[in-house]
Amino acid sequence: MDILKEIAASLERGEDDRVAGLVRQALEERCAPLDILHRGLIAGMDVVGEQFRKREIFLPDVLIAARGMNAGLDLLKPLLAQEGVPSAGRIVLGSVHGDLHDIGKNLVAIMLKGAGFDVLDLGADVPAQRFVDAAQEHGATVIGLSALLTTTMPVMKEVVDLVRARGLTGRVKVIVGGAPVSEAWAREIGADAHGYDAANAVERVRALVAAGA
Amino acid sequence: MRQRLAWTAAESLPGRLEVLRLQGVPAEADLPPRIGALLEAALAAYLETAEPRAVIGGISREEFRGIYHGEGRNAPETPLETVLAGAERLALFVATVGNAVTTRIRDLFGRNEPALGAMLDSVASAAADRLAVLLSARFLGTEGGAGANGTRVLAYSPGYCGWHVSGQLALFAALDPGEIGVTLNSSCLMEPLKSVSGVLVAGPAGIHRFAPAYPFCPECRDQSCRARNAALTTS
Repeated sequence: MDILKEIAASLERGEDDRVAGLVRQALEERCAPLDILHRGLIAGMDVVGEQFRKREIFLPDVLIAARGMNAGLDLLKPLLAQEGVPSAGRIVLGSVHGDLHDIGKNLVAIMLKGAGFDVLDLGADVPAQRFVDAAQEHGATVIGLSALLTTTMPVMKEVVDLVRARGLTGRVKVIVGGAPVSEAWAREIGADAHGYDAANAVERVRALVAAGA
Repeated sequence: MRQRLAWTAAESLPGRLEVLRLQGVPAEADLPPRIGALLEAALAAYLETAEPRAVIGGISREEFRGIYHGEGRNAPETPLETVLAGAERLALFVATVGNAVTTRIRDLFGRNEPALGAMLDSVASAAADRLAVLLSARFLGTEGGAGANGTRVLAYSPGYCGWHVSGQLALFAALDPGEIGVTLNSSCLMEPLKSVSGVLVAGPAGIHRFAPAYPFCPECRDQSCRARNAALTTS
């Protein structure tokens, strides 16, 4: 089997321990890092994501595959950087100020990385200004905000307002998510999108980037 | 009377099906061996790190009404107001599985072990819920779910069913759970994260039944009231 197809198939089968070894082998066989990324790792994770959306596999399956994806990415990142290969997009992500819940945000970060995005994870309890500062400093086109408490949701509006106040509307888009966060809330505060779950968040971010965020 | 309670990690260990439910794996699913192995590893990690403990204090209905009102941000109508009308006894509680579990979860994510980290997170969440069940049994004075004459104890928590999460402020002021290491941050979020709080309500099973038809119900992703109602009906 083509080594790149084998990488993708290993991810799909949850053989996460094999992926890094196969990526090394592909590099030794002089495959281009960008091909390994797209036709191996991302192709495999796309299938995993699709199976998850269809409920054919479960969250742990996705995360097992993500472990393999990350191990492979660690090998490719320096090479991709050397070649100046752009990512699918740069995203700044975090749980908003006052909220220490980070599992949901971590899952979104993993899924975004698996889809080829460059994710700057600011962690939890992140003030509004830090999101916008980071987006400007690192040239991110999307800010992802997570909140699990109704008391912290207003911080999302602070971020949206700050993006507007700095004249970044249109260039930096904001997606929100978390258990109490709804599509209606996203509309109310002027966010550009709402991600219902981690898989949906990836779809929405892809759409935002494709629309020219 | 105020009491401090502690359990072994094993006593608070949740059922496997409940953990898998939180992971989105339905009970009837054919569990792949790799997920089974992950679950067992997460349960073992929980047993190594958990330090379950709680503080509980009885309170009168009149005193509780003031706490329930809290910052005045509850929904206009809530099920707990109806439940309270038929309550025989009440107790405030705060319980936690401790901070070491959360630290382990973060460590696992940091070490590129997201599947195990997320599974342990679900184990800890289910264990925190189990502490409320253990407290309910203790409050009822039986090890089973139902007392004499069909009396049942159920837990109700700020942040659910119209009881605004800011109600934590009054609850914490009344119970002062600092001695078990649980504090509130400025967002009314408990630290350690895997903690539960609220009021235990003892009374006839019928008082706990309500239809999830309040204005806030459609937005609720928890929906645990349905299982609770079903359990009240079948027991």
